Amino acid sequence: MDITGRKLFVKALQEEGVDTIFAYPGGMVTDLVDELYKQEGIRVVLPRHEQALIHEAEGYARATGKVGVCLVTSGPGATNTITGIADAHYDSVPLVIFTGQVPQNLIGNDAFQEVDIVGMTRSITKYGVTVQDRKDLGKTIKMAFHIARTGKPGPVLIDIPKNLQTQTGSAVYPEHVDIRGYKPNETVHIGQLKKAYKMLKQAKQPLILAGGGVNIAGAGQLLTEFAEKMNVPVVTTIMGKGSIPTDHPLYIGNSGMHGRFSANKAVSECDVLFSIGTRFNDRITGDLNEFAPKAKIVHLDIDAASISRNVVVDVPLTADAKIALERLVEYAEPKNTEKWLAKIAAWDAENPLEMRRDKGMSPQMIMESINEVFPKGIVVTDVGQHQMWATQYIDMPVGKKMITSGGLGTMGFGFPAAIGAKLGAPEQDVVCITGDGGMQMNMQEMATAICEHAPITVCILNNYYLGMVRQMQQLFYGKRYEITCLRRQVGCPDNCKGPNKACPPYVPDFVKWAESYGAKAIRVTEESQIMEALQEAKANTKTTTVIEFMIATDELVLPMVKSGNPMSEMILK
Amino acid sequence: MTMKNRWIALYVENQVGVLAKVSGLFSGKAYNLQSLTVGTTEHEDVSRMTICVTSDDITFEQIKKQLNCMVEVIKVMDLTNVPLHMKEILYAKVKGIDAGQKAEVFQIAQVFNVNNGNVKVADIGEDSILLECTLTEHRNNDLIALLKKKFKHVEIVRGGAVAVEAISTSCR
Repeated sequence: MDITGRKLFVKALQEEGVDTIFAYPGGMVTDLVDELYKQEGIRVVLPRHEQALIHEAEGYARATGKVGVCLVTSGPGATNTITGIADAHYDSVPLVIFTGQVPQNLIGNDAFQEVDIVGMTRSITKYGVTVQDRKDLGKTIKMAFHIARTGKPGPVLIDIPKNLQTQTGSAVYPEHVDIRGYKPNETVHIGQLKKAYKMLKQAKQPLILAGGGVNIAGAGQLLTEFAEKMNVPVVTTIMGKGSIPTDHPLYIGNSGMHGRFSANKAVSECDVLFSIGTRFNDRITGDLNEFAPKAKIVHLDIDAASISRNVVVDVPLTADAKIALERLVEYAEPKNTEKWLAKIAAWDAENPLEMRRDKGMSPQMIMESINEVFPKGIVVTDVGQHQMWATQYIDMPVGKKMITSGGLGTMGFGFPAAIGAKLGAPEQDVVCITGDGGMQMNMQEMATAICEHAPITVCILNNYYLGMVRQMQQLFYGKRYEITCLRRQVGCPDNCKGPNKACPPYVPDFVKWAESYGAKAIRVTEESQIMEALQEAKANTKTTTVIEFMIATDELVLPMVKSGNPMSEMILK
Repeated sequence: MTMKNRWIALYVENQVGVLAKVSGLFSGKAYNLQSLTVGTTEHEDVSRMTICVTSDDITFEQIKKQLNCMVEVIKVMDLTNVPLHMKEILYAKVKGIDAGQKAEVFQIAQVFNVNNGNVKVADIGEDSILLECTLTEHRNNDLIALLKKKFKHVEIVRGGAVAVEAISTSCR
């Protein structure tokens, strides 16, 4: 018996095992929304803005490992998702985004709320298509889920014209789909793998660099086992953080622009760099000519296109991290790296990762208290200074997850992603670490957190500034704090060098704001209040809790490597 | 790192938007695209593109990998060092010429027409001639240069090159 497109849409979601859909209604998806009303298995979450919607789906996907499913209307509904789609693309987050489209007879007429969303997102989706025929609907949705979740995961956009939603056609939702141009790599080249292993085995100063690919593949435990068996130290990218427990004796720290001194030093001094699941982004390499100058490089990644793109490698290996590590663990034999480990330890003692403890509350103290109160669960960050502090100081024991916007660096990501993570994993504690700038980019989502009963702990590190840029202005732009002060207003002096008596106390007052939604809110101004506030937040399982930490305005993220400089040139103080 | 012209034959799904996706890759990643032609193959759901890019070795490897990543791309073939037949179609309209100059155009056409049929006079008028040439890109370049040098009003319409692998390796 034939059914309508809208019925097939819901059937497809059910067959894919979708339990949550993030949906914002609008003219061109009302049919689909109405059909969702008639079923009970799929929870429909209403965010308050489509940009936040897609970050919520990202948070959900990264917390659960499942595909995040989104539904938005045509035109502005669709364009509002673009930033989040790009974010998911760069961090390899599996999403399926359904966009409504004007009826086919209106496409191309500049109809009301018509945009070519497939064209606009072509370079930031793994796959995107406008369904042209009702008979293709089932197959296209099947393809979307298959492509989003396999290989290197990513966002897939399916644009469905309104007339196809009501048109009747086949009720069949295919079980399998064969795409001749898409065959994700499910093996590993044994010859290359052995060559890579041999290189590591013979190294005197070997180092493993673990990226986000290890976490996506769920290969953290295998990585840890491999490193342990061979006594090889590990550094991570911020996306790879947690792939090996941070308290593991072989774990050095993050490498890259705001990495640990000893970690970057180890990259510069190692003779074999065994990298897994990273694309050697410029934030990791700095000046490419001076990156790992003494090392032979093994590059294992699922994406062939990311191999030998930024860094020329000696042994390329296209494979899923888990599949490759399963083999590597079999090969692994113990290796004596004592001298090398001692060298690294000495570098760390020379320049340990720590912040001042003299005057007042420091971000490190806040992170350490979060570690103590929330030893498990999920930590979600926004983008900026607080993100770097979190990636530097948050402990990651086995099972703890960190969700951060690494590739695109999307401000406004943190709060909605944390809500999505909580909706996906309600049994877990979710802590969102954010700044006063990023928080204001999606603060309307407090309504979603409250209405969808997603009690999370939001830690706002408020320094009154867009701190990351302010830091650059402070260090490299003659302390000209152009448009980075979030309290600046008409009448402020041009050459303002910092807060003074004329500044308004709060823009906004985060406590009043949170309370206006019915959330709990605590303002912390001193070190002694940190622990109590966090404990109170943890105990509040009814609503979201906002803790506003009033930190110093001039706090810096250190160490740092200036963009484009070699990793060996770290600014330490 | 030597920059040179390189050739790719690309089999893609014959679907809406695929050409935009492929060409968008070149613009988005600042690859230097020289020419791109596309047409359906013996299978109507498959198109074949012939692409010429100017790049160094590393970028060219990257281009092939990026193309391979695309769901709609079925097969990427590097034609740079493959024996092949490659031709480009060119129309050259020479205008505002007298009888003597016409004879000159005929002469040029004759010289370029080595393999009888590669260059022909497709149309003729009172004071103009239309040449239809199926030559290699280089020969077409030569012909255009010559015509432009000799005559004042030359109108050029050319397509990108299409290429196919040779059957016998000796007949390039």
